Amino acid sequence: MQKIKKSKIRQSKVDVVFDVFNTIIMILLMFVILYPLYFTVIASFSDPYAVVNGKVVLWPVNPTLEPYQNVFKENRIWIGYRNNMINVPLGTLWNLILTLPTAYVLSKKKLHGRAFFATYFLIPMYFGGGLIPTYMQIKNMHLINTPYTLILLGGLSIYNMIVCRVYFQTSIPEDIYESATIDGASDFRQFFQMALPLAKPIIAVMALFYAVGRWNDYFTALIYISDNNLQPLQIILRGILLLNQTALANLNTQNLGQDDIEYMLTLARQVYMAEGMKYSLIFISSAPLLIAYPFVQKYFVKGIMIGSLKG
Amino acid sequence: MNAAAAKENRVINRPARSARWLRGLRRILSDWQLYVLIAPAVIYIFLFNYMPMYGVQIAFRNFKPSKGIWGSPWVGLKYFEKFVKNPLFGRLIWNTMRISLYSLATFPLPIILALMINELDNQKFKKTVQMITYAPHFLSTVVVCSMITLFCNKDSGLFNHIAEALGGQRTAFLEKAYLFTPIYVWSGVWQGIGWSSILYIAALAGVSPELVEAARIDGANRFQIILHVNVPSIMPTIVITLIMSCGGILSVGFEKVYLLQNKLNLDASNIIATYVYELGLLNAQFSASAAIGLFNTIVNITLLLIVNAIAKRVSDIGLF
Repeated sequence: MQKIKKSKIRQSKVDVVFDVFNTIIMILLMFVILYPLYFTVIASFSDPYAVVNGKVVLWPVNPTLEPYQNVFKENRIWIGYRNNMINVPLGTLWNLILTLPTAYVLSKKKLHGRAFFATYFLIPMYFGGGLIPTYMQIKNMHLINTPYTLILLGGLSIYNMIVCRVYFQTSIPEDIYESATIDGASDFRQFFQMALPLAKPIIAVMALFYAVGRWNDYFTALIYISDNNLQPLQIILRGILLLNQTALANLNTQNLGQDDIEYMLTLARQVYMAEGMKYSLIFISSAPLLIAYPFVQKYFVKGIMIGSLKG
Repeated sequence: MNAAAAKENRVINRPARSARWLRGLRRILSDWQLYVLIAPAVIYIFLFNYMPMYGVQIAFRNFKPSKGIWGSPWVGLKYFEKFVKNPLFGRLIWNTMRISLYSLATFPLPIILALMINELDNQKFKKTVQMITYAPHFLSTVVVCSMITLFCNKDSGLFNHIAEALGGQRTAFLEKAYLFTPIYVWSGVWQGIGWSSILYIAALAGVSPELVEAARIDGANRFQIILHVNVPSIMPTIVITLIMSCGGILSVGFEKVYLLQNKLNLDASNIIATYVYELGLLNAQFSASAAIGLFNTIVNITLLLIVNAIAKRVSDIGLF
């Protein structure tokens, strides 16, 4: 990875121009990527009137926490958060239970029938039954609308498993297993006491990959969950953000007959508040990931890099 | 059976068949713990992936939930014919293809980004660029689609405030069918460009420094080095990724299209995946929906094999 010292060789004019352009384009790109996120954050702390009327540009206008107070009043968000807090860790654990032993076993050259198993796991990457046959199978297993549905489904990403297998193959020398076998260690023991401790980095990567996927998943719940108490955060977000199912938006609309101006203003304000609340909701729901992100970013990158060794 | 074992067999020179069979069995028995370790995943994949493949036969039957798979009569290719004759057929295929071809056209962008990041000398700046460009990848599809919907709002959206400030007209961007594909693709670029570039940055780290130095001594400028050293070096990665994307031409993801879909942009946003969902789960036409899904999968696999074969012939790089 070591870069060659460029100072030894005189930079040509073209190179200098190239550098300047490169830097400018990168700064523009960073701005384009960051601004929508930054805007969402400042909009969430601003007076909704200012947001809706386009007064919020670079910093919060008339800072207020009211949108956040409204978000916290929505009961369903708490249900979604609670379900995610249960499903994501347990589901990730289930992912690891399926992924790690499989990857380890497939990395073993001595395994009789290794080619068969490799093919067995490869086929579903390219071919599948499709939505309806899968749905019917899940239904036959009585996994529709249960508290375990979102934990059990999506149990094994074959791509992740292959990344893991490559790690076992390339990062842990075969010799240590050989000597362990000679010393009489069983395969269980070799896996649990040798391979797993040595594979800590990839376990961290896998846990993160799976956990983020689960936190952000809404498709599984859309198809298999209809019970409101079991809905994950993303489905509830969709309800509020995209389908406008907020307590605020349809508050008291049935009494619209009154021509009290004060009342109409309150109503209008509520519509605005419902808009403003959306920005804070986006921020709140993404915050756990975005706050953790700078610290765990290098693990993700590592995962991709290991994966790229053998796609 | 691996090569070493076969060789061993030849050396010992026994009545080969039964001996090999016995040896295989003995190896399985002595490694039983490995099979125990792999068993949960094998069962899981069987239940959740292979069973649905078996269930795909409902595409060829007139499936009635009350009769079960076996009790429903065979109807052959009826549902495939029905799909091809469906007035929506052309539109669904074209919508799906337009979105993925448009996405495919943005395929070089992460490569260009990786090449540019690779040229940054200031490590701190480089790290910052990477950190920021990777970030949107972690937002959920629901959040990204909500941001798009909020920003595109005609009266209150950020994009419309910007458009107005620049002297343009306020438009309900998401309600215009002709804007659906660009919005879908460019928001995808926004979210994914950094993350997709990681693969190429990793590949660029493997470019031989000697080659770069030699080129520089020969008087090549940065631009020429990128074009003649860096790009050829990461070609295998590029080709593999390209094959994978070509294979997915008819598999535009359901999630994002479904969330951005509305009655007014349906002309452009009705794709195979959303139609399968609507027909199968909302209208309970199981067989018809399964047939369309299967049709889609078969086209995808065929495309993947074709592109793979072409790539192999042209560049000697392939998946299989």
